[in-house]
Amino acid sequence: MSDKITLHYEVSPDDFTRAGEASSNVKSKLKKMGVNPEAVRKVAISMYEGEINMVIHALGGTIDVIISQEDIEMILKDKGPGIKDIDLAMQAGYSTAPDNIRSLGFGAGMGLPNMKKYSDEMEIESELGIGTTVTMKVKII
Amino acid sequence: MDKFFTSVHLNEDLCKGCINCIKRCPTQAIRVRNGKAVITKKFCIDCGECIRICPHHAKEATYDSLDVMEQYEYTVALPAPSLYGQFNNLEDVNIVLTALKKMGFDDVYEVSGAAELVSEMSRKYVTEHKEKWPIISTACPSVVRLIRVRFPNLIEHLIPISAPVDLAAKLARKKAMKETGLPKEKIGIIFISPCPAKVTAAKTPLGFEQSEIDAVIAMKEVYPKLLPYMKQSIDHVEELAISGKIGISWGSTGGEAGGLLTDNYLAADGIENVIRVLEDLEDQKFSQLEFIELNACAGGCVGGVLTVENPYAAKVKLQRLRKYMPVACNHVDDQVLEDVYWTDEVTYEPVFKIGIDMKESIAKMAQVDELCAKFPGLDCGSCGAPTCKALAEDIARGDAHERDCIHILREYIHKLSDEISMLDTKR
Repeated sequence: MSDKITLHYEVSPDDFTRAGEASSNVKSKLKKMGVNPEAVRKVAISMYEGEINMVIHALGGTIDVIISQEDIEMILKDKGPGIKDIDLAMQAGYSTAPDNIRSLGFGAGMGLPNMKKYSDEMEIESELGIGTTVTMKVKII
Repeated sequence: MDKFFTSVHLNEDLCKGCINCIKRCPTQAIRVRNGKAVITKKFCIDCGECIRICPHHAKEATYDSLDVMEQYEYTVALPAPSLYGQFNNLEDVNIVLTALKKMGFDDVYEVSGAAELVSEMSRKYVTEHKEKWPIISTACPSVVRLIRVRFPNLIEHLIPISAPVDLAAKLARKKAMKETGLPKEKIGIIFISPCPAKVTAAKTPLGFEQSEIDAVIAMKEVYPKLLPYMKQSIDHVEELAISGKIGISWGSTGGEAGGLLTDNYLAADGIENVIRVLEDLEDQKFSQLEFIELNACAGGCVGGVLTVENPYAAKVKLQRLRKYMPVACNHVDDQVLEDVYWTDEVTYEPVFKIGIDMKESIAKMAQVDELCAKFPGLDCGSCGAPTCKALAEDIARGDAHERDCIHILREYIHKLSDEISMLDTKR
């Protein structure tokens, strides 16, 4: 019997209006499991920002979530254009989001900085023309 | 029902017959007669400016009292998204929705949920109807009524899709009938509104025969009742929310247009600004625009006259609430949607026309010019009309008399007193 729960999500690039559903889904599952509110919040925010990035910039991809007794691990993998300069992308306020979604609150350039802020561990691997994988961990107290 | 129902009424005891509302009305629909403000119903577009400006609080909005809930066996609340912006420190809209059920509603159906469906259908319509660009939103009943009486050339640009609240009412009723098995008449679909214009829209809709909204209650009356129930709900929240970013954003200016996922739009608010945009649009000054969102109230629906919070503060709160919501939670393929499109056309109502035909109009316009030349041009409002030109038009229509102008009256009295004193000396 496994001591972990694994969840898999396909993030579609075609329907922008469904962006954010995966993180919303994980959030309700974590609440049901009685995970402490602080951890739930951190997962919700960091995964949301990562998911939106995948839709806006990376032509969608997959998200795998592994929930154990100690932590929640999120692996966000895409086959998008890749990040040219990761340090620049991590800068608060730097955005390459298109204009047509800014009125919904996107494009402030806070996605990656927020992901770093709200996760306990974060790693980015990216190759131009191949894709990007972001791995984040949030500890359960 | 009356073709020109309006949702403003006067508390005559409080009305001082001052000039504030007559000057502020964007369609010059109000006159002071016998010391009291009187609205010409067919000119009124329900923008609420007179309610906002009246310093004596004599202008009141018409809406249903909370007691209306008791008339139905099963009630469903339709909260407008602007409701969520009224509260401080709100982190989860479900707290508001749970509290509504504690307050006495049997169920809730978020208007923002229907708004996302309207956004999706609007995206499709805008893409498929380039010939109608720029397309004008029809969610604000005031704006539709303004266009109906003053901008007939723009009627064809109106998007013929139900406003979110009307779609929400249809879907809520269907859901309630299915879940309870009750007949239509026993179910009360009750809208919690930020403005009185929606009362008019519910009673005399444009674009279709009948609204599925049974009653419209005021946000400002629900707010104080809801607070204690919200405190009770914090620890036992029911997951009743059905909408995402796009739905919530409809509550303030820019939200409806934002839901179209294009950057080729213009969003304007405040009735005077709306009129300016429409004038320019009529003169075809806007090419390249796909969509125009117009709201009679400054700030959008959060600025409605029945709200409690400052519209700009409410907008910030909505932005905070929507921040981590999915982009949209309601999609057309997941639903069976019928009757979302308008079934009736909006027809031009030339209420401002001064004569029955060209001949009469020409004669009356000449009369208006003649009168304007006589008047001092002070626009003082003492005659009860907002401007000298308006008084001249009233006279041409047969609704007023030259000597309503106190300056003309004063000259007349001078003349009379001269003649009387001459009579005296002649003896």
